[in-house]
Amino acid sequence: MNYKMEINNVNLFYDKFQALKDVTIPIAEKQITAFIGPSGCGKSTLLKSLNRMNDLIEGCLIKGKMLLDGEDIYGGMNVDILRKRVGMVFQKPNPFSMSIYDNIAYGPRTHGIRSKAALDEIVEKSLKNAAIWNETKDRLKKSALGMSGGQQQRLCIARALSVSPEVILMDEPTSALDPISTGKIEELMSELKKEYTVIIVTHNMQQATRISDTTAFFLLGEMVEHNVTREIFSNPKEKRTEDYITGRFG
Amino acid sequence: MSKSEAINYIPFKQKLRGYLKHPMSLFLLILVIGAAVITVGLVAILLGHLLIKGIPHIKPHLFEWKYTTDNLSMMPAIINTFIMVILTLLIAVPVGISSAIYLVEYAKRGNKVVSVIRLTTETLAGIPSIVFGLFGFIVFNTMIFKGYSMIGGALTLSMMVLPIIIRTTEEALISVPDLFREGSFGLGAGKLRTITRIVLPYAMPGILAGIILSIGRIVGETAALIFTAGTIPGVPKALTRSGRTLSLHLFELVQNPQAPTDRYFNAAYATAVVLLALVVLVNALSSFIAKKLSSK
Repeated sequence: MNYKMEINNVNLFYDKFQALKDVTIPIAEKQITAFIGPSGCGKSTLLKSLNRMNDLIEGCLIKGKMLLDGEDIYGGMNVDILRKRVGMVFQKPNPFSMSIYDNIAYGPRTHGIRSKAALDEIVEKSLKNAAIWNETKDRLKKSALGMSGGQQQRLCIARALSVSPEVILMDEPTSALDPISTGKIEELMSELKKEYTVIIVTHNMQQATRISDTTAFFLLGEMVEHNVTREIFSNPKEKRTEDYITGRFG
Repeated sequence: MSKSEAINYIPFKQKLRGYLKHPMSLFLLILVIGAAVITVGLVAILLGHLLIKGIPHIKPHLFEWKYTTDNLSMMPAIINTFIMVILTLLIAVPVGISSAIYLVEYAKRGNKVVSVIRLTTETLAGIPSIVFGLFGFIVFNTMIFKGYSMIGGALTLSMMVLPIIIRTTEEALISVPDLFREGSFGLGAGKLRTITRIVLPYAMPGILAGIILSIGRIVGETAALIFTAGTIPGVPKALTRSGRTLSLHLFELVQNPQAPTDRYFNAAYATAVVLLALVVLVNALSSFIAKKLSSK
């Protein structure tokens, strides 16, 4: 199997507090990897360190290795390029207060694309890939803030796709959405994995079983178990995993 | 449907009975209504007095291009006021906004330097304007420009409005949710692009409010300008010469040794009305712009 990203013996500290303890997970290419676990277990922290969003946090210290296509992402790789290759969708939909078109064009423009024709094409393609083209094609010049929460989140996915990333990180992307919007986004994710490697943090275990290929279970900063999703949920090797997925705690 | 049919309608009699049962709450009600009436009344009396005394004396000769002791024209002062506002903003706005951007976006949170800068701006805001005037007089008039000058006045006023601009811009920047910054960084945008394209546009209404507040301060300032920009009643040929703004013009009219004559006083009232109108205009314009920007 081809590994797109590798997380090797990562320890992460917020000042004195250790948020991740010796975590090792290989991330398979063009698959969906789910991180599950109770709040505060470190799964979001790990996700954010995969495109160095933790750089913004004061006192955050990371040890170990994280690789993208075998290249050390903390070793001299340009952060802006890393974030172009490893895109992110956030927990709360966060479209910029500009038009739908400009929201999508923001990323490509950032990376130097100026031609109107090229931008038009990227906007259309991104919106189509995020399955929101039909809802937006007649109102591209309208503000993105006028859309519903679910539409906004799909717009944010389109925005992440606009810079043609290789990996997409999703931090509980449906936790602020209603069941119908959630369903649409889950459908979308299964489409996305044909082209992209997807890593998703979720609180919703049903969601993990529905969409992910492999699942990693986190507890108190430790990666307890990583396996094929079906195995994790039907036949967990660790007692702690079993306790969590059967609802004994968390 | 008539009002009395509405189930949430309480008839006056019933209300009165309620109040009579609780005399303390009736007393408090009268007290708060009284306070509101006094506040509105004071403003009404002030404005009324000013308008009644001033408007009849707004005459064409007050708007002649050149000031003479015969026409007591305020036109040069109006022009000077605009010059002073633009000059001061040209100095204070770039410095103020840049400082605020540094404080919020670049300086590490909890940094020692930041708390020192914050303390300094707060102190600056609390200094009486006459003290600024004295400082400006010593530095700009005696050391740099050798005499009263518009530019000296503008520099002095810049120091005065800087804290306003820094504080309001800071507040505006802080109010921009981190979500938007993360969204921009997440797409591979750098800090500069994130600030100029995402953060600043979002914070613009707040920043604008600070600038408007500053304009009000500049238009209304007298004490600091007496010592720095001086009181020459004409439009100066160069920014290094003296020129009086509208509020200084008003001050000088009243201060004039011949002032207790009607002519000077009437001109002063008329000037006050124009000054007031100017400030109201600035405020209206600002709220209009702020609404336009935030509704976009």
